[in-house]
Amino acid sequence: MQTLTTRSKVAVNKKMTFIERLYIPAIMGGMRITLNHFFKKKVTISYPEQKREFAPVFRGQHVLKRDVNGAERCTACGLCAVACPAEAITMTAAERKPGEENLYREEKYASVYEINMLRCIFCGLCEEACPKEAIFLTDRIVDTDYVRQNFIYGKDKLVDPIKNPIDVSKRETEETREFKKNPKYAHNQLNKSLKA
Amino acid sequence: MSITLFIIYKAVLVVIVFLISLLIAMYSTYAERKVAAFMQDRIGPNRAGPFGLLQPLADGVKMFMKEEILPAVSNKFLFILGPSIAMFTSCITGAVIPWGTSLHIAGNDFSLQVTDINIGILYVMAVTSIGVYGIMIGGWASNNKYSLLGALRASSQMISYEVAMGLAIIALVMTTGTLSLRDIAAQQTGWHWNIFYQPLGFLIFLICAFAETNRTPFDLPESDSELIGGYHTEYSSMKLGFYLFAEYINMFISSAIISTLYFGGYNMPFIGRLGLSPNIEAVLGIVFLFAKIFFFIFFFMWVRWTLPRFRFDQLMNLGWKILIPLSIFNVAITGFVILMLHK
Repeated sequence: MQTLTTRSKVAVNKKMTFIERLYIPAIMGGMRITLNHFFKKKVTISYPEQKREFAPVFRGQHVLKRDVNGAERCTACGLCAVACPAEAITMTAAERKPGEENLYREEKYASVYEINMLRCIFCGLCEEACPKEAIFLTDRIVDTDYVRQNFIYGKDKLVDPIKNPIDVSKRETEETREFKKNPKYAHNQLNKSLKA
Repeated sequence: MSITLFIIYKAVLVVIVFLISLLIAMYSTYAERKVAAFMQDRIGPNRAGPFGLLQPLADGVKMFMKEEILPAVSNKFLFILGPSIAMFTSCITGAVIPWGTSLHIAGNDFSLQVTDINIGILYVMAVTSIGVYGIMIGGWASNNKYSLLGALRASSQMISYEVAMGLAIIALVMTTGTLSLRDIAAQQTGWHWNIFYQPLGFLIFLICAFAETNRTPFDLPESDSELIGGYHTEYSSMKLGFYLFAEYINMFISSAIISTLYFGGYNMPFIGRLGLSPNIEAVLGIVFLFAKIFFFIFFFMWVRWTLPRFRFDQLMNLGWKILIPLSIFNVAITGFVILMLHK
């Protein structure tokens, strides 16, 4: 029979020889192995000082992006909530009042937008479903907490800060970037530098 | 030497030996964790102080701060007596070990040994045997099945291995002709280390030393994975600390005794040829003895992180059916050779 790996060994129940029954050579062999490991390079990453790099496709805490003028892109269409397999997203839609054009891009916006981080499985389907390029998953890790209530993230935690907007360019595919070059969709450009 | 000077010198020596035992036991816990980590390709404790050197202090503080629990159904007196005996016996063993030759200061001869009794080895055997009581009493007084199992295992293991250990020492005493540890150490100048005269005896003694100190592969009394700590299951706070500490002191003392009995103690082959003053030689002797001791402490840890635990029947088989016949054989061979040489 052909084996899949070279590692498997057929067990033989043959009687051990005298030397083998002494166990001393086997023990010394084992101790040689542990001593070799003693001098090997350590694989530990000392966490707070050193951090492992995330993969470019890492999906962490969400962000609700703003457009070039600093207005929220989300229009509360609910597609993300529909797409969400974990049913983590809820929202309440509201109508934009006159004079709020600099706050919300479309006439309809999400007055409440909540993601339950305990339910979220970080699959990224909300991001794929979003027609307005409003929601993105970032390379941030959701903070720990002692209280379940605190894991329901509202707009205060989700919406992109006006100063230091979060970079989500890593989440864009080559096709998306190509698509955005079309001047017809210029409004879809994400805000890299905002006039605060 | 006046009597006051004698008392002061002995008291100072006792305190120093005691403190060194405690210090080495403290840092053995740190070394154990570091050695374990290194052998498993990890780093080990490195947060408390530089390289984690303050870790033993942090552990000690933790032990003292923990809640002291006396189980309601336990025998209070024996419950406290157990760890006290374990700690006490492991601390007093160091009294007969010759840490070096002697220092000559202002016409006085300060021997670097707390007491040179002429039955030094017997004293060590006797005290380590009493150490079993600490474990037995603690395990029994806890009124807990796991503790009792651990105590049973500890006592049966120690009794079976003490026989082989005693027989190994008898063969050694036959070649040395003395029971005094000071004389045994003094005999092994140059390359006349007892390991070359008693290799089989050394192997038996080493295996028994592992069993006596309850170290892997003979750590059945504790066996964390099956007896949840064995005899110290019910212990908490510093009483638990005493048990763990006693184990590390035992390891240190065992290493010292192995070095003294078989590896020339404070002797080093080349040191006599350098023509140094006796005082410097004595100090160097201490250094060499401690180098040997540290090697054996490392060896204890090295074995612990290499070998798995024995099954209990395997342990008993090894003790009664292999080591005891082997040590009797060793005694017979030694006797035969001595007889032939003296003809």
